[in-house]
Amino acid sequence: MFSRMAPHSRTGFARSVPELGLLLLTILVLLEGSVLRLGAASSPATQSHGAADCPKPVETHHNKTKKAFPVLSFEYDHVKMPFEISLWVLLASLMKLGFHLIPRLSNIVPESCLLIVVGLLVGCLIKLAREDVPPVLDSQFFFLCLLPPIILDAGYFLPIRPFMENLGTILMFAVVGTLWNAFFVGGLLFALCQIPQAGLDIGLLPCLLFGSIISAVDPVAVLAVFEEIHINELLHILVFGESLLNDAVTLVLYNLFEEFSEVGSVTVLDGILGVISFFIVALGGVLFGAIYGFLAAFTSRFTSHTRVIEPLFVFVYSYMAYLSAEMFHLSGIMALIACGAVTRPYIEANISHKSHTTIKYFLKMWSSVSETLIFIFLGVATVEGPHRWNWIFVTATVILCLVARVIGVGGLTYVINKFRIVKLTTKDQFIIAYGGLRGAIAFSLGFLLNKSFEMREIFLTAIITVIFFTVFVQGMTIKPLVELLAVKKKQEAKRSINEEIHTQFLDHLLTGIEDICGHYGHHHWKDKLNRFNKKYVKKFLIAGERSKEPQLIAFYHKMEMKQAIQLVESGGGSKLPSAMPSTVSMQNIQPKHQPAPPKPTERALPQLPKSREEEIRKILRTNLQRTRQRLHSYNRHTLVADPDENAFKDLILKKQKMIELDRKIKEMTMYLTVPAPHQGSPTMSRARLASGRNTDFIPAQQQKGNKKSSDPQAYNIKPASDAMPIIQVDLASPQSPDSVNLLDEIGKADRGEEQGLIMKPPPGLSGSDQHGEKEKDDWRDQQKLMRCLSDPGPGAEEDEDEPFLP
Amino acid sequence: MGTLQSSPAPAEYCDLSEKTGFSFEQIAVLHKRFKQLSHDEDVLRRDHFSEIPDLASNPIRAEITEAFFDQRNFSKNGKGKVEEIGFEEFLVVMSHFRPPSQHMTNEQRENVRKEKLRFLFNMHDTDNDGTITLEEYRHVVEELLSRSGALEIETAKSIADAAMLEVASISVGHMEPDEFYEGITFDHFLKLLAGFEIDSKMSIRFLNMDTITLCK
Repeated sequence: MFSRMAPHSRTGFARSVPELGLLLLTILVLLEGSVLRLGAASSPATQSHGAADCPKPVETHHNKTKKAFPVLSFEYDHVKMPFEISLWVLLASLMKLGFHLIPRLSNIVPESCLLIVVGLLVGCLIKLAREDVPPVLDSQFFFLCLLPPIILDAGYFLPIRPFMENLGTILMFAVVGTLWNAFFVGGLLFALCQIPQAGLDIGLLPCLLFGSIISAVDPVAVLAVFEEIHINELLHILVFGESLLNDAVTLVLYNLFEEFSEVGSVTVLDGILGVISFFIVALGGVLFGAIYGFLAAFTSRFTSHTRVIEPLFVFVYSYMAYLSAEMFHLSGIMALIACGAVTRPYIEANISHKSHTTIKYFLKMWSSVSETLIFIFLGVATVEGPHRWNWIFVTATVILCLVARVIGVGGLTYVINKFRIVKLTTKDQFIIAYGGLRGAIAFSLGFLLNKSFEMREIFLTAIITVIFFTVFVQGMTIKPLVELLAVKKKQEAKRSINEEIHTQFLDHLLTGIEDICGHYGHHHWKDKLNRFNKKYVKKFLIAGERSKEPQLIAFYHKMEMKQAIQLVESGGGSKLPSAMPSTVSMQNIQPKHQPAPPKPTERALPQLPKSREEEIRKILRTNLQRTRQRLHSYNRHTLVADPDENAFKDLILKKQKMIELDRKIKEMTMYLTVPAPHQGSPTMSRARLASGRNTDFIPAQQQKGNKKSSDPQAYNIKPASDAMPIIQVDLASPQSPDSVNLLDEIGKADRGEEQGLIMKPPPGLSGSDQHGEKEKDDWRDQQKLMRCLSDPGPGAEEDEDEPFLP
Repeated sequence: MGTLQSSPAPAEYCDLSEKTGFSFEQIAVLHKRFKQLSHDEDVLRRDHFSEIPDLASNPIRAEITEAFFDQRNFSKNGKGKVEEIGFEEFLVVMSHFRPPSQHMTNEQRENVRKEKLRFLFNMHDTDNDGTITLEEYRHVVEELLSRSGALEIETAKSIADAAMLEVASISVGHMEPDEFYEGITFDHFLKLLAGFEIDSKMSIRFLNMDTITLCK
C-alpha cells in the first residue's frame, strides 16, 4: 500500500482522477498527523500560559508594559475537541470518496478492510507524532454516538415482511447459536488453559466471559460486507437479523460473567437469574422501543403545520428510546430496532414527501459516516492498544470461533428445517456460517473491561485478531465464494402492481383456507393483527383520511407518484420508464364495443384528498422548476450570442412553458384521481403521452400554428420523433406565473441552447429545416441533461416499495 | 389417536394418500374437520361454508367457497360446478396448499407450481372461458378493496386497468393500436407470476393439526 501512496514522487501532477484521490488521501493523513502534533505542542504552551497567568495580575500593577495588540494569535485549546472530531469525520468521508474513485480496488477489497488499513496508518502517524495515547475509541463514545445511527438506519429500513416470516429461524440463530458459541469457545479455551505447556492461567469464568464477548455476530461488519455482495433477501435477513437480535444474549452473558468473574463462582441460582434477566433485557428493550415508536407516530399526526421539524421527531424519539433502554441496562439495540420498525408505517403515512426524503438521506449519511469512523478507529486502536501476544491463545481462539460457528449453524439448521416451509440448503448454511463476522462491538466490550482485569490485554489482542481475520479473510473471500457457489442473488425486479394484488389475494386466501380447516395458524393471527391495526391503531396514529386508506390503494398511489416523478425527471423525452418496452396502451385493453359510460357530472368520490393532490402538484412543479433552473445555469455557461437577445428568448420560452404546465398538471392529476370518461382515461392519456403519437392535446386552434409562420415565437416542432414528443404551443392563452412546461422542455431548451452553442447568428426560430442537423446535438445535450437531473441517492429504491404493513 | 375410530377404512386412506400426497394422520384430521363442517353428513354444501364465522370477515369468501365446488380443481379436464362435494374432492382441493417437500426434482417442482397457479387462475376466471378478462380482474380488485368501507369503484378500476396494462406489456410486448388484448391466458398468467415463488407462499402448515379448535 505504501508504494501506491507515493504518486507525488513522480511529476507531482495528478494525471488522472484516481491518482488525484490518492494524493488527497495522503495529504489529509499528513495533515491529521501534523495537526495533532501541533495540538500536542500547543497544549503545553497554553498550560504554561495559564500557569503564568496567576502571577501576572500582580505584576501588571507594577509595570504596565504596553504590549502590542495581538493582530493574529493562535489558541488551539478551546476548539480542540470539536476540531478533532470534525477532522476525523472529514477524514472518514474523504476516505470514502477516495475508495470509490479507485474502482478496481473497491471491487476486490471490501470497504471495511480498506478503512481498517487507513486506521492503522493514521494510528501509526499519531503514535509517531504524540507521546500520549489519544482516547480514540472511547467505549462511551462508541456506544452512545457511533453505534445508534447505524442501528437506527437498519431498524427503520428493516424489511418487515421477510423479517417476520423468518423470525423463528432468526431467533434460534441469535439466541441458541450465540449461547452455543459462547460456551463452546469459552469451555474449550479453559480446557486449553489446563494444559501446562500452554503457559496460560485463566480461570473458567474469565474464559467464559471471553467466549461471550467474542461469540456475537456484529451488525456493523455484517452490514458493511453483505451490502456489497447483493445476496438474496432470505440469507441477508437471516444473518443480519441474527446480528441484531443477539445483542440481548451478549449483554446478559457479558454482565453475568463479568460480575461473577471477580467473585469466582457461579451458582445455579445465578444461572436462573440470568435466564430471567435475558427475557427482561430483550422484551424490555423491545417494549421501550415500541412505546417511543408509538409516541413518535402519534406526534407526527399533528405536524402538518410544522413540516420542517418532522424528521427531528424520528431521530430524537429513537435516540431517546436507545438511551432509556441503556439506562436500565436493557438492550438498546433492540429498542432502536423496535422503535424504527414500529414507527415507520405510521409516520410515513403522516409526514410529507420531503420529510421522508430527509429522514432517509440523514439516516444513510449518519450511518455511513459512523461506519467509516468505527473501522478507522478500530485500526487506530489496534496500533495504540495495550497488547500481549500469545500465539496459542490467539490461534486457538480463531480456530475455535470458526469451528463453533460451523457446528452451530449446521446443527441448528437441521432442527430448524423441520419447521420451515422453505428449507435451508447446504449452500445457504455455508453462507450463513461464513457470514458470521465479528466487529467493533466485540472490541468495545473488551475495552470496557475493568483495567485491573489481568487478562484484559490478552483478550484484547485475541479479539482484534479475530476481528481482523473475519473482516479481512472472510470479508474479502465471501464475494468470490458467492459467485463460485452460484448463490441466488438479490432480484432487482421492481415491485409490480400485479404482485401486490396477488400477495394480498394470497393472504386472504390462505387465511380463508386456514379458517376452513379450523387451524389457527400464522395467517389467522396475522389477519387478526391486521384487522386490529386497521380498526384501532391506524385511526389513532394516522392523521386525516389516510387512516382509512387500504393498503392496495396506498401502494397504487405510491407507484403512480413515483411514475409521475420519473416522467417529470425524464422530461417526458422518452417513453415512460417501464420494465419492458412495449407499445401496448390502454386502447388495446378496453373492449371496443363497450358502451360509453355516462359522463359523471361531478367527481364520483374524492379519491385523492385535496392535500395529496396539492402535494403531487407541488412535487411536479418543484421538480420542473429544478429542471428549469438547471437548464438555466447550463445556459449561462454556454451563451455566446447576444445576451439581450437570449434573455428575450428566455422570456418567450418561459411564457410558452407556462401554458403547458397547467394543462399537463391537470392531465396528470386527472389521471391520478378520477378517470375521466373513457377517452381520457388516466392510464390511456399517460400511454398516449408516452407514445407521443396522436397526441390529442393539440387543441384545434393550434393546428393553425403548423404552417411556417413568420412569427418567430411559434416553435415548429419536428414531426414524429421518438426522442421528443410533439407539442404545439399557442401563446395566446393566459398562463399562471409559476408554471413550467412539463414536456418537451428539454427539447425546447436544447433548441434554445443550440443557438448559443453553435456560433452562428441566432437564426429565425421557425426554421424547421435546421432541426435535421441538430438531431445529433439534441441527443448529446439530452444525455447531458439527463445526467444533470439524475440523482442516484443513497441506496436502492426498494425500501420505498415496502408496503406499510405486511 | 382417537380420530381413527369414526373414519373410513385405512384402505381408502391409502388411495387418498396416493392421490393427494397427504399423510395418514393429516387425512384423518381433515376428515374429522369435514365431518364437523358437514354436520356428520357425507357431503358438503355451500351453506355449510357460510356457517364458518371467521370466514365471514374475509373479503374473498365467495371465491374461496366457489373454488371448492369448481370441477376444474378436481381433475385436469373437469368443467363446471357442482352443488355438493364429498370428502375426496375436499381433500383434492386442500392438496393444492401442501407445502413442497424437500426432495423433489425440478420437474416435479415445476408441476407443483403450475398446479397452484392453475388453482389461482381458476379462482379468477369465473366464467370458465380460459382467460381472465378485464371485467373479471376488476371484480377481483373490487373484492380486495371491499373491506375498506367506502367502495371506491373508480380507483379499483384504474388499479385493475394498470395491472392489465402491465400483463399485456409483459406478455405480448408489441401491439398495434387497434389490436385488442382479450384477456390473461394461463400462459400469460404463468409468465406474470414467474418470480413470485408461489410454491412456498401458497402453503399451509398442515403439521399441527391436532390443535384444531372444535368449538365451531
